[in-house]
Amino acid sequence: MAWLGHFNYWVVVILMMIGFYAVIARGNMVKKIMGLNLFQTSVFIMFISAGKIIGGSTPVLREGVTVYSNPLPHVLILTAIVVGVATTAVGLALAVRILEAYGTIEDDELIDPAEQSPDETQPGMSSGKGDSSA
Amino acid sequence: MTVAVAVVRVRDLFSAAMLFAIYSLLSAGLFAVLDAGDVALTEAAVGAGISTILFLAVLTLAGREERPARGKNRLALAVVVVTGACLIYAAGDLPDFGEADNPVQVHVAPYYIEQTYADMGIPNMVAAVLAGYRSIDTMGEAFVILTAGLGVVALLSVPPRRRRRGQKPTKSEDDS
Amino acid sequence: MRTNGILRVIARFLIPLIMLFALYIQFHGEYSPGGGFQAGVVFAAAWILFALIYGLDAALEVIPERAQFVLACLGVLLYCFVGLLGVILGGRFLDFYPLLDSPHAAQQTGIVAVEFGVGVTVAACAMLFFTFFARRKRELDAAQAGDGD
Repeated sequence: MAWLGHFNYWVVVILMMIGFYAVIARGNMVKKIMGLNLFQTSVFIMFISAGKIIGGSTPVLREGVTVYSNPLPHVLILTAIVVGVATTAVGLALAVRILEAYGTIEDDELIDPAEQSPDETQPGMSSGKGDSSA
Repeated sequence: MTVAVAVVRVRDLFSAAMLFAIYSLLSAGLFAVLDAGDVALTEAAVGAGISTILFLAVLTLAGREERPARGKNRLALAVVVVTGACLIYAAGDLPDFGEADNPVQVHVAPYYIEQTYADMGIPNMVAAVLAGYRSIDTMGEAFVILTAGLGVVALLSVPPRRRRRGQKPTKSEDDS
Repeated sequence: MRTNGILRVIARFLIPLIMLFALYIQFHGEYSPGGGFQAGVVFAAAWILFALIYGLDAALEVIPERAQFVLACLGVLLYCFVGLLGVILGGRFLDFYPLLDSPHAAQQTGIVAVEFGVGVTVAACAMLFFTFFARRKRELDAAQAGDGD
């Protein structure tokens, strides 16, 4: 069955699209960064599932095992995971600075502050993010 | 996948952070089933640990609820569906899952699997490749982590400027 | 959370075990899945647990922010130093063979040193992330309160 052999790629694509949707369709920056992490994790799943051999086992040399799964994708993904958390940390630091400079992390409020009342940038409704109790 | 959809849709960001931790843990379990011990350990520690802590730390500053989306975002959904369909179509050309004669298994990997003990004398092939055969990549990664640390320090070492509610945010002049 | 008895007892029990486990992962990275990154993150997680339960100030007395900063840089410098040591002793950059006599021992020593550098950097940077993010709320409240908002 040809399609069953590609099942892992479908799972990856679906997860990737869920993360992609979160990045483009949600306004809150923290939600966007979460979507970016979902996207990254789906790519990791693709690489690791590409390196697996059915019947193989973890690539640590030991007695009684003849077939090992490919160690090379594991190496690449280790690096990628750590770089991903570095990117997330810097992204969240940027979100904190944006929050303090503009009072909000929703990007539709950031793009169009002119929609708010003209003499103040923060009407009471949208300032409910960080200043008043949620 | 259900957890991933829930992360996107849930409006309460605290719940979204917890669901994100569950998603990381489930993908770590998936990595463990796919014979990736090192990667599962790293993903569990980093995804369910550090990333979640950072999200929660930002949530204490930013407020817990996300603003509801105005109407249904059909354009985004259409873009996502079309991209997904193209990717699934393209994935039809990729080799089957888990076959031992996939192209990815026959080029460099047999060298690593056979020669690691002879060259390095250590059983863990992943560590041998990471720190022995491909050390410079790992050095670059250490530099990336350090740069991220420096970036966070540079961004967050400036004390927050006071903003009275209702006032325009003052353009911050460069203070250190 | 300092006053919650259950959390304090469990934390007092768990934090040293977690740190010990981080060291185990670090130095057994050659024989079982593990290595520098995992060990660094687990060590930082132990410190973060301490900070969550006993307060950020107490945690910053244990590993002050200056030390975290210096350790992060020292880890990467250790990595580069091991690489340059390979050049000084006659090989190429990050070549482990010139370090010792037997090639196996040289590779293993080089790998342990390099992974230790990476582990120290990752742990220090993760602690730095938490320190800066967790202090922001306090600084924000101080900035707003200090001006009579």
